[in-house]
Amino acid sequence: MSFPWANEYKPSNAFTRYLDERLPLPRFVYNAVGAGYPVPRNLNYFWNFGVLAGVALMVQIVTGIVLAMHYAAEGTIAFASVEHIMRDVNAGWFIRYAHANGASMFFIVVYTHIFRGLFYGSYKPPREMVWHLGLVIFLLMMATAFMGYVLPWGQMSFWGAKVITGLFGAIPLVGEPIQTWLLGGFAPDNAALNRFFSLHYLLPFVILGVIILHIWALHIPGSSNPTGVEVKSEQDTVPFHPYYTAKDGVGVAAFFLLFASLVFFAPNMLGHPDNYIPANPMSTPAHIVPEWYFWPFYAILRAFTVDFFFIPAKLLGVLAMFASILLLFFLPWLDTSAVRSGHYRPLFRKFFWFGLVPCVIILAWCGGAPAEEPYVIISQIASAYYFAHFLIILPIIARVETPKPLPNSITEAVLANHAGTKLQPAE
Amino acid sequence: MDRKAGWAKVESGIMESMASLTEDSATAGGDQGGVRRRDFINVAAASFAGVGAVSVALPLINQMNPSADVLAEASTEVDVSAIAPGQAIKTIFRKQPLFVRHLTPAEIAAAEKVPTSELRDPQSLEDRTKAGHKQWLVTMGVCTHLGCVPLGAAAGEVKGEFGGYFCPCHGSHYDTAGRIRKGPAPTNLMVPEYAFTSPTVIKVG
Ligand code: HEM
Ligand code: FES
Repeated sequence: MSFPWANEYKPSNAFTRYLDERLPLPRFVYNAVGAGYPVPRNLNYFWNFGVLAGVALMVQIVTGIVLAMHYAAEGTIAFASVEHIMRDVNAGWFIRYAHANGASMFFIVVYTHIFRGLFYGSYKPPREMVWHLGLVIFLLMMATAFMGYVLPWGQMSFWGAKVITGLFGAIPLVGEPIQTWLLGGFAPDNAALNRFFSLHYLLPFVILGVIILHIWALHIPGSSNPTGVEVKSEQDTVPFHPYYTAKDGVGVAAFFLLFASLVFFAPNMLGHPDNYIPANPMSTPAHIVPEWYFWPFYAILRAFTVDFFFIPAKLLGVLAMFASILLLFFLPWLDTSAVRSGHYRPLFRKFFWFGLVPCVIILAWCGGAPAEEPYVIISQIASAYYFAHFLIILPIIARVETPKPLPNSITEAVLANHAGTKLQPAE
Repeated sequence: MDRKAGWAKVESGIMESMASLTEDSATAGGDQGGVRRRDFINVAAASFAGVGAVSVALPLINQMNPSADVLAEASTEVDVSAIAPGQAIKTIFRKQPLFVRHLTPAEIAAAEKVPTSELRDPQSLEDRTKAGHKQWLVTMGVCTHLGCVPLGAAAGEVKGEFGGYFCPCHGSHYDTAGRIRKGPAPTNLMVPEYAFTSPTVIKVG
């Protein structure tokens, strides 16, 4: 579906006319990300991050497939094969650093994309399905990145695999059989490494499939915008191409600038030095930490240190960690305010900037720190706030807050920002 | 009944059901209620396909379980004669660390002093060792929290607040009977199945 004023695809030559009657792929692209998709005229740079996530996925797929041409998923030689990529394969160091830092870039982009959605209320009707599919992508990404990090078979790879599959061991009764089943043994070994490689190759393509559904669901109501006011007339929109292809181009350039700075000047900054030590099942590194993008969740996992109501602390931690993500699926029903955008919600905005955002940053900081005081107590407080924010604070704000008056239309909001401009019909 | 008559009966049965099928389709659309032969065929076909799908899924799921060669490494023999009281060794059982510790009389006394009712996972030293071999503490070197290798077996490693083992990952302290005393781990260090095959040799698994 699209707005009635969307430009119509007109094949321009004999070949595209021929194609249009048999496989209208150019028409499909034109309507999806071309001049045939009308988009609100007021999108800010936060709306770049969806396209950037797509770019990041493509980078991972291309560099990943190249790495797989040189990598060997076998316990005794996996580590050596990664060193072989780093030292012997032509430009191997570049491809591996691009893949490892590409994963970080992917998460930077996706976290920004998610927080964009949280601030501008993008999860609210009629876009709940878009939000839910996005969360599915996020879960798949986490699984993919986790299994990717196991592949170089260094100390962090090994112990990360052990700790994360150990989480399943916390489930009563069936936990241990599940853990053994996941690993294909009693501890991570060849069987686990091999299956992780197989799934690490597969999941990015599953992600690609879910992205198609995500965009399909998005294109039914169309993109939201910083005011949160729905599109009312043609004046409120511009065609995706050339307006947002150009704006996204700026974002893509900035993305590659940051990405290249990491790859060429600080390729190991976000990694952990212990992963350059080959996996050793007999000795645990002093501090096991996952990759930075898992830190907030790792902090929640470790925040539970005492049993509650007969539930062991370990199980509570695991439940809380999964709940912290699954909770987001219920967001459309927890935040019942009819106003989408945080710009028009004075109270919501305060809790967003001074509550949720610092809370997640603090959790991330604790998750990367050793499991000692004061980090434990800080992560306990921050975890409590995280859950309270979504389960208690948001529903209350939605009830008590008086939103600021909304503009009548996107166009009115845009013109109001340009003092002196009068509201008049587009020529 | 001879075979020919039998077949004739089957045939007429089929004809009948065909007739009722066409009847059904003639009246289809009307809400008739009741069970039709076609419902039976639908349910039977779907169940058959379902049974097929499940029986294919089972081997596909089961292939993930430990393979025969992994299971074949199931038992290990350890000669404990060289371990002096107060010392411990770290060896491998099923690709995981195994701690064998020779307790000193003081460590035994410390473990026995604690009333089991005070423990998170109540077990006495007796429950965790073999009769007549109370000084030999054999446990997996796998923290029951999330599976790190606790410190305290090798010389010079920290042993934690209770003089047994200490897991550095999230700070679990185990006592001289390998029991959880402080920290996030839910249970005591696991004691694998083992037996003394001679006074100085144990067979684990
Ligand atoms: C969602 C997209 C992807 C993400 C987030 C991702 C993430 C990762 C991460 C974090 C690593 C560890 C990097 C390191 O520290 O060495 C890794 C390694 C690896 N990945 Fe991916 N990956 C993705 C897609 C792919 C694809 C499509 C392939 C194609 C087969 C692939 C193949 C590999 C290989 C062979 C390695 C091991 C070599 C190495 O460690 O550098 N990846 N991946
Ligand atoms: S794994 Fe030992 S305390 Fe967490």
